[in-house]
Amino acid sequence: MSNKPLIEVNGLSKYFDVNTGLFKTKKLKAVDNVSFAIKKGETLGLVGESGCGKTTVGRTILHLYNPTSGEIIYDGKQIKSKESIEEFRRHATMVFQDPYSSLNPRMTVSDIIGEPLDVHKLYSSKKEREEKILELMGHVGLNSEHASRYAHEFSGGQRQRIGIARSLAVNPDFIVCDEPVSALDVSIQAQVINMFEDLQDKMGLTYLFIAHDLLVVRHISDRIAVMYLGRMVELADSKEIYDNPLHPYSKSLLSAVPVPDPKIARENARIVLEGDIPSPLNAPSGCPFRTRCPYATEVCATSMPEFKEVETGHFVACHRVNEIN
Amino acid sequence: MALLEVKDLKTSFFTDAGEVKAVNGVSFELERGKVLGIVGESGSGKSVTAYSIMQILAPAGKIIGGSVKLDGQELIGSGEKVMKTVRGNKVSIIFQDPMTSLNPTYTIGSQLMEAILLHTDRNRKQAKERAIEMLKLVNVNEPEKRMKQYPFELSGGMRQRVMIAMALACEPDILIADEPTTALDVTIQAQILELMQSLQKELGMAIIMITHDLGVVAQMCDEVIVMYAGNICERGTADEIFYNPQHEYTKSLMRSLPSANSAGTRLQPITGTPIDLLNMPKGCAFAPRCDAAMKICITKPSPEFEVGDNHTSRCWMCAKNAHSSGEALMEIEGGENNE
Ligand SMILES: Nc1ncnc2c1ncn2[C@@H]1O[C@H](COP(=O)(O)OP(=O)(O)OP(=O)(O)O)[C@@H](O)[C@H]1O
Ligand SMILES: Nc1ncnc2c1ncn2[C@@H]1O[C@H](COP(=O)(O)OP(=O)(O)OP(=O)(O)O)[C@@H](O)[C@H]1O
Ligand code: SF4
Ligand code: SF4
Ligand SMILES: [Mg+2]
Ligand SMILES: [Mg+2]
Repeated sequence: MSNKPLIEVNGLSKYFDVNTGLFKTKKLKAVDNVSFAIKKGETLGLVGESGCGKTTVGRTILHLYNPTSGEIIYDGKQIKSKESIEEFRRHATMVFQDPYSSLNPRMTVSDIIGEPLDVHKLYSSKKEREEKILELMGHVGLNSEHASRYAHEFSGGQRQRIGIARSLAVNPDFIVCDEPVSALDVSIQAQVINMFEDLQDKMGLTYLFIAHDLLVVRHISDRIAVMYLGRMVELADSKEIYDNPLHPYSKSLLSAVPVPDPKIARENARIVLEGDIPSPLNAPSGCPFRTRCPYATEVCATSMPEFKEVETGHFVACHRVNEIN
Repeated sequence: MALLEVKDLKTSFFTDAGEVKAVNGVSFELERGKVLGIVGESGSGKSVTAYSIMQILAPAGKIIGGSVKLDGQELIGSGEKVMKTVRGNKVSIIFQDPMTSLNPTYTIGSQLMEAILLHTDRNRKQAKERAIEMLKLVNVNEPEKRMKQYPFELSGGMRQRVMIAMALACEPDILIADEPTTALDVTIQAQILELMQSLQKELGMAIIMITHDLGVVAQMCDEVIVMYAGNICERGTADEIFYNPQHEYTKSLMRSLPSANSAGTRLQPITGTPIDLLNMPKGCAFAPRCDAAMKICITKPSPEFEVGDNHTSRCWMCAKNAHSSGEALMEIEGGENNE
């Protein structure tokens, strides 16, 4: 892992217009002023509750959504112009959550993996195309017999491998992995996680790894970012955030993870939050977490806490971080 | 006498491709007030076991053998009339996806009240009071207002709590929860699990908790059943299953989980492909994926060995340590030499 950031995200926001009635629209702040950087060869885990904006962060970085504001800097260059976006897409891709619906069941494995090669014209002869496809299949542990079979003939884990082989076709340096193991049975999850790690070692890949399974995220990530209602609330080294979470939301999130160990699970003091996740259309004023936060005071309702470094490499957005820790 | 006694239960689906033996000889007991976990690979027969107990199988599915006794009363073959009094009154079920079991066209209130009117002898006014009381019990805020709302107007966590309210409205002896928190976020899951635990203690009901999340099992369950390919491969207390697993499938499952200290190391996946119920191996169903498989495993399924107090395993590896295994050992040795 190098020290230079491969990708930097500064003040990124993505707002959607949603219809709230006849002729009425409202801004939904799916991602609001989010900043982080990922070093080359590093894995940044991204966690948070459903709807907090994880997928939107991933898609906006890749310009699958137009950012509302903020900048994305890749390898020192700002990604903004049409050309820079096109060039960027040759280095950055996404792996999707659902291995069952993200692949066309009527395409053969070799067509699925070959498609991005065709789109980006990454071969000079038919033979080279074939060779590239087989090489990609080899990377993810599929063998040549699989090439002419259809996606629907494969198990979930195998389909996820096909999806990953496909995203490797453009020879990327950076991959947004959006819940890549969530739909898989536990027994198959481990295979796919190992494969992500092997590919990273072999090819020096950089990952933004989105997942709701916090045990998986801790296993694979160097650092972890926690989001709540479109905002980043904490970012730190993986071990640090587990041993010493500073934000009240991270504290409750981590304490709520059921640990597969009966003695620990029975003794665990869970911080059970009251109430539901607010709708991003009616986000609370001030700190987005204040409606569920056990430490909220007046200041939390009136001003948005700044996302700042409180210990080296440990960022938190909470007015009261010093008092409560 | 145990509250629920399931013996050699067999359920098959008769499909165009052939007979799918989804549950193939499952036996277990559930005591009053206990929480039993059922874990196992996707497709191993966890849900079908639950649906067979409730007799709510899809049309292609048939219970083809075995016995299910509730409080000593045999349910299999008892007829729809008996089952109607069992469902909801004595045994309730919560499904994974609350949207499939809540009717989108009726309000929360009318669905709750209907369930209460159907299963108890309360009148409408009492049913309404009871419904509101149940919503309060499961921590739904502003219950009077929620009564008038439709399922789509509620968040996922709240819908799941309404489902629990509905399942508990008639104070069942047994609550079957089929992946009750899979669709929920961690913090909402924690709320629901906490709620189920406190209700279970208060009302003294028994719970069958079906889940693939071993963390949830560790937190909730007294006893655990591990299923593989339609059969129970191991059964024991939660502590035995987690700290002293005896079946090779359970061992591999435990080894494959990421843990606090696994970062930077390789996980140990279960190799091979999941079971195909239409092409079952002759011997142990796990043999094609088992690193410890011996010759006998390929030819003969293992009997159930008692490997400890209230702890059983269907794995030939256990023959050596099991209490009564003289015959089995001879078989293994015979099998090993039988080249
Ligand atoms: N195309 C869209 N149009 C309008 N709103 C959207 C769109 N995509 C996402 N949203 C909204 O933006 C918010 C963030 O959604 P996003 O999918 O990024 O969440 P997430 O953290 O990935 O959630 P999950 O864990 O459920 O995948 C949600 O409120 C969602 O409803
Ligand atoms: N309606 C049906 N028709 C045919 N086969 C079925 C039907 N329902 C279930 N099965 C089969 O029965 C087997 C057991 O299914 P079951 O739903 O009990 O699995 P499970 O252990 O609950 O899995 P999961 O963890 O994925 O929910 C599976 O192989 C499944 O394909
Ligand atoms: S700013 Fe206030 S409401 Fe927000 S997390 Fe900190 S204490 Fe809680
Ligand atoms: S019976 Fe044999 S094949 Fe089956 S789990 Fe035990 S050792 Fe493995
Ligand atoms: Mg998402
Ligand atoms: Mg199921």
